[in-house]
Amino acid sequence: MTLHRRALLTGGVAALALPNIAPAQEAPGVTASEIRIGSTNALSGPASSYSVISRCLSAMFKRVNDQGGIAGKQVNFIVYDDNYAPPRTLEQTRRLVEQDKVAFLFNQLGTPTNSAIHRYVNQRKVPHLFLATGADKWAQPQEYPWTIGWQPSYRTEAQIYTKYILEQRPQAKIGVLYQNDDFGKDYVNGVRDVLGPRFDSMVKLVSHEATDATIDSQIVTLQGSGIDALACGIIPRFAAQAIRKVYDIGWKPMMFMTNVSVSGSIVMQPAGAEKGIGLITSDYRKDQSDPAWADDPGMNEWRDFMRRYIPDGELGDNNYTYGYGAGSTMIQVLRQCGNNFSRENVMKQATNIAPLEIGTLLPGVKVSTTPTNYHPIRHMQLQKWDGKSWVRFGGVIEGANV
Amino acid sequence: MDGFAHQIIAGIATGGIYASVALALVMIYQATHHVNFAQGEMATLSTFIAWSMVEAGFPYWIAFAATVMLSFLIGVLVERLLMRPVQNAPVLTHVGVFIGLLLIVGNMTGWIFGYTTKVYPSPFTSSGPLMGGLISAHELGSTAVTLVVLTLVFLFFRYTSLGLAMRAAAYNPRSARLVGIRVGWMLALGWGLAAAIGAVAGMMVAPVVFLDPSMMTGILLYAFAGALIGGIDNPLGAVIGGFAVGVLENLAGAYVVGTELKLTVALAIIIGVLVVRPSGLLGRVVTSRV
Repeated sequence: MTLHRRALLTGGVAALALPNIAPAQEAPGVTASEIRIGSTNALSGPASSYSVISRCLSAMFKRVNDQGGIAGKQVNFIVYDDNYAPPRTLEQTRRLVEQDKVAFLFNQLGTPTNSAIHRYVNQRKVPHLFLATGADKWAQPQEYPWTIGWQPSYRTEAQIYTKYILEQRPQAKIGVLYQNDDFGKDYVNGVRDVLGPRFDSMVKLVSHEATDATIDSQIVTLQGSGIDALACGIIPRFAAQAIRKVYDIGWKPMMFMTNVSVSGSIVMQPAGAEKGIGLITSDYRKDQSDPAWADDPGMNEWRDFMRRYIPDGELGDNNYTYGYGAGSTMIQVLRQCGNNFSRENVMKQATNIAPLEIGTLLPGVKVSTTPTNYHPIRHMQLQKWDGKSWVRFGGVIEGANV
Repeated sequence: MDGFAHQIIAGIATGGIYASVALALVMIYQATHHVNFAQGEMATLSTFIAWSMVEAGFPYWIAFAATVMLSFLIGVLVERLLMRPVQNAPVLTHVGVFIGLLLIVGNMTGWIFGYTTKVYPSPFTSSGPLMGGLISAHELGSTAVTLVVLTLVFLFFRYTSLGLAMRAAAYNPRSARLVGIRVGWMLALGWGLAAAIGAVAGMMVAPVVFLDPSMMTGILLYAFAGALIGGIDNPLGAVIGGFAVGVLENLAGAYVVGTELKLTVALAIIIGVLVVRPSGLLGRVVTSRV
């Protein structure tokens, strides 16, 4: 009898000492009825046009909750405003991790803002998932295993342009016009990835500073170097200047523009819509206004979601299709977790996504990750400006293996 | 050789931008003996005001004139409300106010008008590109406008009694007061004129670089270098200096230091001039008896 009681006591102590026997209860931010997820976005300030992404994600989690949640738990998605200011991002992220005790962080907006918390979240081993930024630095599984991006990085984009250039003109002389910072240098790296040892002989690099008044001098230099193909990693104001200048001086290179600087109203109209004819860029999303997707099942699923959960949302704003893609990826990862939402398992599932098709992404563009591939989307399709809109051409192209 | 000539022409076109802003800097220095760090942001705000008028359907030159007058009023108001209470404070206080003004005006512009790039129309158009597209009709036109403004400023300070009174108020406020000049109002007038010239500069710059709240941030630094080369108290010098900086910057960027150090060239010019010849090429050497 005594023996029996002692065994019982020993077992009880062992259970206390080894909390991982019941992981579902012990993981931070996870209770029997709830999973807490944290995020930051520019709900105010200069970048606040991106706040619709958070709106879209909140609505997607609401739909999940309406349908019974994940493994019987409701998702509680907490978004704080960081004003797109890195110090605020750090402050709000610490609040999410230390006070709100979220299970993990998801789709925080911006490159400088996420850079401010990159080290912090990796030291605390908090999953920092599917960030809303195109920088390539989120794909460093060795140094920063807890951080992973989502959309194709600027570097992947440059790889795709370079592959296309080589296919069209194998001996082309390539010019790269880039802003002298992390954003611009991702383009240089992408071109280098594809060309390898031929980089130095085939490429002319010209940079500019964000403080420059104009980039006329850079364009003149590039034209004088006998460039056949020009790839530009520059922000919208300079993109409009570059398109206009190249046209005005009567230069006709094969010209590629980063897909963050190709908005019709912000870049192409200011530059002069007819001056940009032939300009090439790329995308991985379906454009809502493209007649090819008028009756597309994937886009109809998204339109149905918008009608029911964000009835006043502007359908033409492609941040909604972006948000839908990122949100679908997150929900897939949560379902893969089963009933184990520990930080280790969330990270493990986020880096083991079997090729996943999402309704708002172009056919052939799939989301997939492995513990060594932290680039969830690596395919894009090229498109050309016809004077009025962007027209897709060719198949999807995959970025280079680096 | 072709490329060399092209770089010079492109430099002159960009230099025209610096020259017009440098002129506004000289204006306020002439009138108040201060360099207003918020000059660029105030000019951007003026340009946005003009932009909203053009968007609302006003003809270009009406919007232009109304903006110049409104900017003059804003300049006067800033002096009366912000500078006057600290007029006897040390110069560091003034610097503090200028920096505060820079942040307030810059952020206010973004808050009211948004941060996306906007198109500002040009009054000067041509049927085709001039000189192989290296210089546009607008760049020629805006250079002409800069020269007109320069002439007006020169005539105003040289030949009108108001101009003389303003110079006197800036150089020696106490003596000016003793001969009956209303020094306070002269300063306010100086601010108004500087804001008006800044508005003209902004409206000339915007069609080239596209309009957004940070349009002037970089330009102001180059303009300051230009103003220093020519002499911060000499309008003609500032205009020549502005063009010189545009050309030097392009040549240095293309052939000497590379594009990464273009901005450094402007800073090196500022420091070089201050060390070697603080009064600039055309500036007056000030000696004071002690």
